[in-house]
Amino acid sequence: MSSFGEPIGSSVTAGEPPVADDQLSVPGPEDTRVMRRERMAVLLHSKTFIAGAVILAFWIVCAIFGKLIAPDDPLLTDPIKALQAPSSAHLFGTDTLGRDVLSRVLVGARDILIVAPLATLLGTVLGTVLGLVMGYFRGPTDDVLGRIVDAVLAVPVVIVGLLSLVALGPSTITVIFVIGVVFTPVIARTVRAAVLTEREYEYVAAARLRNERTPYILFGEILPNVLGPVLVEFTVRLGYAIFTIATLSFLGFGIQPPAPDWGLQIYQHYGLISGGYWWPVLFPALAIASLVIGVNLLSDGISQAFER
Amino acid sequence: MTRFIAKRLGLGLITLWLLSVLVFFGSQVLPGDVARRVLGPFATQSAVNSLNHQLGTDKSVFVQYANWISGIFHGNLGTSVATRSSVSSIVFPALWHSAKLAILAFIIVVPFGIIGGVFAALKEGRFQDRLISVGGLSATTVPEFVWAVALILLFALLIPILPSTATPPPGSGFLTSVKFLILPALCLVFVLFGYIARMARAGTIEALDADYTRTAVIKGLPYSTVVRRHVLRNALLPTIAVVATQAGYLIGGLVAIELVFNYQGIGQVLYRAASQKDFPVLQSGVLIVGVVYLVATLLADLAYSLLNPRLRFESSA
Repeated sequence: MSSFGEPIGSSVTAGEPPVADDQLSVPGPEDTRVMRRERMAVLLHSKTFIAGAVILAFWIVCAIFGKLIAPDDPLLTDPIKALQAPSSAHLFGTDTLGRDVLSRVLVGARDILIVAPLATLLGTVLGTVLGLVMGYFRGPTDDVLGRIVDAVLAVPVVIVGLLSLVALGPSTITVIFVIGVVFTPVIARTVRAAVLTEREYEYVAAARLRNERTPYILFGEILPNVLGPVLVEFTVRLGYAIFTIATLSFLGFGIQPPAPDWGLQIYQHYGLISGGYWWPVLFPALAIASLVIGVNLLSDGISQAFER
Repeated sequence: MTRFIAKRLGLGLITLWLLSVLVFFGSQVLPGDVARRVLGPFATQSAVNSLNHQLGTDKSVFVQYANWISGIFHGNLGTSVATRSSVSSIVFPALWHSAKLAILAFIIVVPFGIIGGVFAALKEGRFQDRLISVGGLSATTVPEFVWAVALILLFALLIPILPSTATPPPGSGFLTSVKFLILPALCLVFVLFGYIARMARAGTIEALDADYTRTAVIKGLPYSTVVRRHVLRNALLPTIAVVATQAGYLIGGLVAIELVFNYQGIGQVLYRAASQKDFPVLQSGVLIVGVVYLVATLLADLAYSLLNPRLRFESSA
């Protein structure tokens, strides 16, 4: 009667209510492996997933090897060469300090691809724990936590981020912490909904009858069965994290100069557009757009594979 | 119906109270006093002390919180540390600016979003559907300031037909003001189209599957009549809900767009307050944004239950 280690309530995916005679409703390890293989097949046939994975892979390579690929040092200033239009010497031109825009765009993938996943991971861990507790206990715990979740969600994420970063002082660590905490309620809500169905299954009642401790029931029994929604939520939130961190950097409260962050580059140069200097803005903007779209296509593919 | 409204109002008030606690104590987590943060490290201690006394920040946090809340109940949102003018004289004109931008954006995006979503649903699974669904979703995920600079590059530099700031010269008429708002509103259209289209699409697909649609088809109604009279009406319901939940984001979440287009909305006010560490403006401003969001969701729930015959009959029974 161990449903340990199996992905997302295998019987839930079919949309059927729990069946009374258990042996039929609990798939063995063989079925699980088949399901996993089927899901992989769905993913590999999804064009959106492939496209997203390719884009994301490109930027991950840039984040890791950016400094080797980049033609110039992204931090090297050269005032004599400031604001040169794209040419064979500088394919994407140079910025106000004479830095090579192409190099800054390539290396710029690094910060956001470290900060965003860490922030999302923090939010997912906290949100999953909170969602498990809310969904499992329901009653007053759920009500109180639910109200707090509502309160945080009543204000746009960017504003909450702004307020907290002003209070705590902007730094990379604070950004990770703030985004993680702000995402917690949203993820908690999704996990809670999944737990509400999950807790009605017999395996939970059985564990309770075995006198298992509550933490074990939550993390050992229920958690493995809600990992699917958690994974989907993680990829969706990753897109939002990139969106939010780029916006905060653009506002000067995210990743700090002189880092070659994309949002920061746009912030430093958008005032020059009307003067005809489009290249220090356009290329970082395209970089952000391609990264968020890539992550989004990826998460779209993953959620389709899990929802079948 | 009245019970429903009363319950929602009560829950909304509790949420607001919690928000006020979170905002207030959240912005006080750092030790050190407000006046020192405002005046900087080189101000004399006596200047810091007198400003603290003037702001009431020399009292305990709980007294400060009580003062803030009782002020709000008396219509006093506090005094800006940076400009010494009342917070309401800063926040409410900005709120009106934000509302204008939001309304224009909604006027453009709601019809497009609904048409796009319904069209995608009628072509479900085909190329047009994928184009609208994936394209709309992708547009939604691109941060709005990226759309802003893209549109400025396109319409203010490449094809110079629209102004790149949102604030018209003083004394200009209604149409000129609208013209100045078109680019920022278009950014919002790109961000919101995907959401609205997705909801309209889901609603339409569900309505197309429903028994009443099959009945209408079987009794011989022309397909276009079925779509117009039976499908659309039901498909629009969920769309209203998503439009309302976006209202909070539209009024208050647009910091980046307002910065790019130099538009004096609530987002810009909050941004400036954040840069100047003007906590009274920041705290009351965030609370006001929360109020707007909760009122919008409440109105949406009301509209939803008024328009949905199933809920209407349930509540009258």
